Amino acid sequence: MNKLICALILWGMTGLALAAGGHGPALLEANVNIGNKTSLQRGARLFVNYCLSCHSAQFMRYQRMATDLGLDDSVVKDNLMFTTDKIGDTMKVAMRPADAEKWFGVAPPDLSVIARARGADWLYSFLNGFYLDDTRPTGVNNLYFPDTAMPHVLSELQGYQQLKDHGEEAGHASHAAPLELAQAGKMDEAEYRQATRDLVAFLVYVGEPAKLVRYRVGFWVIAFLFVLFVATYLMKREYWKDVH
Amino acid sequence: MNGIVKGLVGLRDWVDDRFPLMQLWNDHMGCYYAPKNFNFWYYFGVLSLVVLTIQIITGIWLVMSYKPDASLAFGSVEYIMRDVSWGWLIRYMHSTGASFFFIVVYLHMFRGLLYGSFKKPRELIWILGMFIYLSLMAEAFFGYLLPWGQMSYWGAQVITSLFGAIPFVGETLLEWIRGDYVVSDITLNRFFSFHVIALPFAIAGLVVLHIIALHEVGSNNPDGVEIKKHKDADGKPLDGIPFHPYYTVKDSVGVVVFLMVFAAVVFFAPEMGGYFLEHNNFIPADPLKTPEHIAPVWYFTPFYSILRANTVNFFGIPAKLWGVIFMGLGTMVFFLLPWLDRSPVKSIRYRGPIFKTALGIFVVTFIILGYLGMLPPTDMRTLVAQICTIIYFLFFILMPFYTKWDQTKPVPDRVTG
Repeated sequence: MNKLICALILWGMTGLALAAGGHGPALLEANVNIGNKTSLQRGARLFVNYCLSCHSAQFMRYQRMATDLGLDDSVVKDNLMFTTDKIGDTMKVAMRPADAEKWFGVAPPDLSVIARARGADWLYSFLNGFYLDDTRPTGVNNLYFPDTAMPHVLSELQGYQQLKDHGEEAGHASHAAPLELAQAGKMDEAEYRQATRDLVAFLVYVGEPAKLVRYRVGFWVIAFLFVLFVATYLMKREYWKDVH
Repeated sequence: MNGIVKGLVGLRDWVDDRFPLMQLWNDHMGCYYAPKNFNFWYYFGVLSLVVLTIQIITGIWLVMSYKPDASLAFGSVEYIMRDVSWGWLIRYMHSTGASFFFIVVYLHMFRGLLYGSFKKPRELIWILGMFIYLSLMAEAFFGYLLPWGQMSYWGAQVITSLFGAIPFVGETLLEWIRGDYVVSDITLNRFFSFHVIALPFAIAGLVVLHIIALHEVGSNNPDGVEIKKHKDADGKPLDGIPFHPYYTVKDSVGVVVFLMVFAAVVFFAPEMGGYFLEHNNFIPADPLKTPEHIAPVWYFTPFYSILRANTVNFFGIPAKLWGVIFMGLGTMVFFLLPWLDRSPVKSIRYRGPIFKTALGIFVVTFIILGYLGMLPPTDMRTLVAQICTIIYFLFFILMPFYTKWDQTKPVPDRVTG
């Protein structure tokens, strides 16, 4: 009976694992590595230069970033901060939400935990998903977030992509990359992919700075519990010798 | 060293002269005789006590930094996650603890079904346990609003709106519960109050009653035989062993194994793929933007499925109200188990094939309902949920008959080890 029940429970769990969902094109894989500090540092630079003018990260402190990314406070102050901010401040933007709404139609969301809400793959796909579209006020649309209000802020790096004309091979459209470069930017394709990967890695870090430490702490906690398990098990065995 | 021991014994005796310290210890630990044949399923009682302790302790520390204010709540949780020393650990222990509480309680209840632990003379233990379960559901529901994310907000909005389905008084009741026309700062404050004061008190009190009742009649066991029937010359059950030290050392092993699993989730997968911490809950609550898919956390989804499975108005009662009625019945029906089960035997070991089949089908049904409750409904899924809802209730409605007709095996006189 027990075996039957366990089998049923396992069967139920595999059902859970298959619970996929969502719609739209399949996401690109971000493959970020937040253990790579130089990647995080490059991502931080991109974030400050391109994102932080409109998007805040109002729960992230500059000083925390400096410590976690192995940067001196002075380096952060000189390169990654607006002069009026203090190192202990959080990453806020000067733009007022009401103005932002007037200009973009929607206030740019705070990015503190965006990686936790959307996932790294989605962010990476989004940053790689802009293409030219005359019908949009910004001149671009996005494959993964149709009719987004966000302009293609990274266009000077990537250039502009356009939708591929699939024509007769439309049946395979979902498998082939549906975008192609129409106008080159400062970076080639591989460089841009790496740059967006760095940026997403930084956003994943910003979403949960504790991620940098929790795996390490977790390892030691479980190692300690394992030792404790051996001790308690031996104690149990000793006491239970006289139970027949 | 000797002096210290003497001092401690003196202190104990001093207290014992003024308070029944040794009597309490003996009644519940030192001389409480438990059956010697407890198996794997008997760990989940003590484990739920462990999780309760984790929740209370981490909860105390969370409240030190949390702000029950609609404009500050979301930010204060992130403040705990980033700026409070070890705040992330405290928060993850609490959020993981919520899901683990339900895991261990569901397994604990399933143990009751397996071995007939709800049957005479343990009906009251079962009823008190059911009250703990209901309080736990309320506790989890109130607590889930506190992070003030989109799922917090809209989950509370949907569940409170169910009260609006009650005829005549619904709308008034709904407003009274929320304290506003929609879930708002006022709702957040009262849910906070319930979550940190009212329900923890209720749960702690009920747990004490649950254990007192258990220790009065004695524990059941995997054989479902009463160990008190066979006692030695000193009046001690022949198949019983003192809870302390035998089960304290055995449960220690179980607790450590549990903590390893718990720590693995806390440190390596606190979101558990979106099942323990939902992705949408990292978007701050927005009363103007309804998410396209609202689902409760996994431990409520079997009942949520039953709620949604009701899609037809009949007898002049709207489908939504039927949903609320059946969801309510679906949880409350467990109270009746001691009287629905007419089998002469307790344990599944000596039950016949009909009960075993019925229980197996019920478990599968419960899991399917839980799974469907997480997904957006489609016609097909709704149909499956409706069939499962019917099976769910048939398990209880037919129980008096199939437990009576079932071919049981002879129960041994003593436990079989």
